[in-house]
Amino acid sequence: MHESTKDHAALAALFNKDEERVNWHDETLWWIRQKRDKNVHQLPEWEALREAASQIKFNVLSNLHDYLLEFEKNATANGVQVHWAADAKEHNEIVHRLLQEHKVDRMVKSKSMLTEECGLNEYLAEQGIEVIDSDLGERIVQLAKEPPSHIVLPCIHKKKEEIGDLFHQYLGTPANVADPQLLTEAARQHLRDVFLTRRAALTGVNFAVAETGEFVVCTNEGNADMGAHLADVHIASMGIEKLIPERKHLGIFLRLLTRSATGQPITTYSSHFKKPRKETPIHIILVDNGRSVQLGRKEFRNSLKCIRCGACMNTCPVYRRSGGHSYHTAVAGPIGSILAPNLDMKKYKDLPFASTLCGSCSNVCPVKIDIHDQLYKWRQELVKEGYTPAAKTISMKLMAQTLSSPTLYNAAGKSGRFVLKHAPFLVNNKLNPWYKEREMPEAPKESFREWYKKRN
Amino acid sequence: MKVGLFIPCYVDQFYPNAAIATLQLLEKFGVEVTYPLTQTCCGQPMANSGYEHLTKGCNELFIKNFEPFDYIVAPSGSCVLHVREHLHDPANEEAATVLRHKVYELTSFLTDILQVKELNARFPHKVGMHQSCHGQRGLKLSQMSELVAEPFSKPGSLLKMVKDLDLIELGRTDECCGFGGTFCVTEEAVSAKMGKDRVADHLHHGAEYITGVDMSCLMHMEGILKRAGSKVKVIHIAEILNAE
Amino acid sequence: MNSRDKILSAIAANQPEKTALPDISGFKGAEEDLQSKYATVLTTIGGKIYFVKDENEIAAAVATQFSQAKRIVNLVDNLHIENAETVISDPEIHNLKNVDLAIIKAKFAVAENGAVWITEKDVQPRVLPFICEHLAVVINDGIIFSTMHEAYQKIATLEEYGYGSFIAGPSKTADIEQSLVIGAHGPRSMSVFVKI
Repeated sequence: MHESTKDHAALAALFNKDEERVNWHDETLWWIRQKRDKNVHQLPEWEALREAASQIKFNVLSNLHDYLLEFEKNATANGVQVHWAADAKEHNEIVHRLLQEHKVDRMVKSKSMLTEECGLNEYLAEQGIEVIDSDLGERIVQLAKEPPSHIVLPCIHKKKEEIGDLFHQYLGTPANVADPQLLTEAARQHLRDVFLTRRAALTGVNFAVAETGEFVVCTNEGNADMGAHLADVHIASMGIEKLIPERKHLGIFLRLLTRSATGQPITTYSSHFKKPRKETPIHIILVDNGRSVQLGRKEFRNSLKCIRCGACMNTCPVYRRSGGHSYHTAVAGPIGSILAPNLDMKKYKDLPFASTLCGSCSNVCPVKIDIHDQLYKWRQELVKEGYTPAAKTISMKLMAQTLSSPTLYNAAGKSGRFVLKHAPFLVNNKLNPWYKEREMPEAPKESFREWYKKRN
Repeated sequence: MKVGLFIPCYVDQFYPNAAIATLQLLEKFGVEVTYPLTQTCCGQPMANSGYEHLTKGCNELFIKNFEPFDYIVAPSGSCVLHVREHLHDPANEEAATVLRHKVYELTSFLTDILQVKELNARFPHKVGMHQSCHGQRGLKLSQMSELVAEPFSKPGSLLKMVKDLDLIELGRTDECCGFGGTFCVTEEAVSAKMGKDRVADHLHHGAEYITGVDMSCLMHMEGILKRAGSKVKVIHIAEILNAE
Repeated sequence: MNSRDKILSAIAANQPEKTALPDISGFKGAEEDLQSKYATVLTTIGGKIYFVKDENEIAAAVATQFSQAKRIVNLVDNLHIENAETVISDPEIHNLKNVDLAIIKAKFAVAENGAVWITEKDVQPRVLPFICEHLAVVINDGIIFSTMHEAYQKIATLEEYGYGSFIAGPSKTADIEQSLVIGAHGPRSMSVFVKI
């Protein structure tokens, strides 16, 4: 995990030092947003699907207690072993214990943002257990010793030349090879060996069905299946909000997920794990880690509807121009900015402010989370809890006082003095961030107020 | 019909022509327009910074100033959205509720309330329309590119009534300009980059003017244009609709 | 209190008042030529489509397209493929790593996304369609559904599975600069034979 003392603005400013890279990052993600648009516009029922998904997910949140019990009962009957983890630490300990029970010290892992959230790789490394991420993008950032910068496209911040250098260093590809085809082939050979030799596989979970006790894992590469079907033990980690009530609801969610994520009609593999293979156990870990608390926050509980498609990141004009690492949390972008403060308000107090509240995120969200409204609400919450600088609070109070009183507002004869003093973009000095790349507006001779008074 | 004119403070000070055009335009359609002189601000700068709880005084003053009118009209989608979503007064919630429903951004007031079908305006230039987010996604002035829904545009339909105006297409029809209130200084790097990119899209498609329903976005893009030494100008949509 | 009880009691205390599930029975595909739609979508996602009359046509196509394949596993009844294994007797599934071509049965296909639905009853062991270099799928009954809604309606009528998967095209990735590369970890190609 990124441990940084810098906030989003500072990290984004660093990212923006290389404008060409920002353009490239922005255009790559915008291209994915366009693919999404093209694909969803082929479905006249798209908005109805989003609404249905939103309602199903709200039903889940309103009945989560019973659905979890139903899932546990059915999964257990299917022969799957169910574990409960209150927090990240307990999750990591359960995984470690299971690996010890199976006498395994090397594990292959397919994409699971939950394990990023829990810091599983670092924890297991400390216990002497080697974890290899098998999603190509995740393997690349793992080799680079970086966290993923995007929940669906983990190495979207990396250029192919950089990946070529990494592969040259770690996988023995020839120097200066940057062709995606060749690099992917090298990764295929390297990871095939991993799949064939690891006796434990961990996967994430996209959806778990209360009615049947099964869970669904979606990948394009086939890495989750390769890992799980070849290993002696399959561990699946899921946040408790990943439940859906009935199998038929998968029809709704699988139609929405990948179209939103990458503009594909579906992932290559949507695998339904219901019962273990003979003598090869499946363990599923149900993880809370703050979710039950978020469930109690009326204003913010809708964030738990998230199906981790990443569409809000692809569309976010701020994310596209600040890069995922600027969010210094496992789940970046707009959705991450409303999830992270629930886990640690102090550490992530900057994130709800890393937005212009443009609202594009809420419009692409396949489960209709009111993301930008929640960003606004988190700002109010953070101020109330005292996580904003004292100087800002003082100036805001002064501003409120003046704006409440026409007398004070007009006291100096010209209200312009107020605007000049308080509008953040109008402080006439070179230290003002506005002025760095933008000219100040020019004050005309006469304000509207003055013109109006003369006219009447 | 009595309309209270609500002019955002920075428009009053820096863009009086937008306010004058708004007033004249409304008067052309026979509306009785008054600008209450004791108005200050809708409170949005505080609220978007997380200090909505400090906007009590602003709200009371807003209600006092604008309660007498049939409608309140402002040449700003952003300020209107703030009032629509956040104007409350525990002591006078009924009045606040009424006001939330009768406050209008200028172009939607023209299309929805006055039902304007023709304009006596001429603006012989290539114009790029910036869809300000709060007006577009908040007030739904135009269809949003993210949704699978019928396209429409209230400001666009008005611009089409202007003689000799050439409305250009953009690469990204409704991307944010990066102003975002205090965002423009707290997130200076990203904000300026967003502004530059938005301006570049207009320039690339040959705009002579960039217009929109929100002066704040236009002010942001104007700052970028001027710094680049561009001759392209920003102009509030009211000024185009009022141009003869 | 153990974690299970702690989590459940926190949820019980914090979950909102129960809301109803929406009625999703109205979702269904448009009336259109499903064969042509399926062919278009499958081709777009990198798959190959064959509409065939009988097993002889499949065998002929396999012989032409996969003439290089050394180890072939064929799990489709009534389909005769020269030199192919028809059962996997070796319990060591890792030995499947050199399978060049796996030919398997699927219950049906889905037009909107190019997927086929397979279950472990027809595909044993589970890893076979992932570990093989090339995958061929036969839709014996020629069933193509319009959308995933119809697909799940059908699944509800079929025998329960321990494992099932929608497979849509060859294994792929675009993780390097969003350049699409076919053949990430799984099959480098997917051919679908629909019997009509």
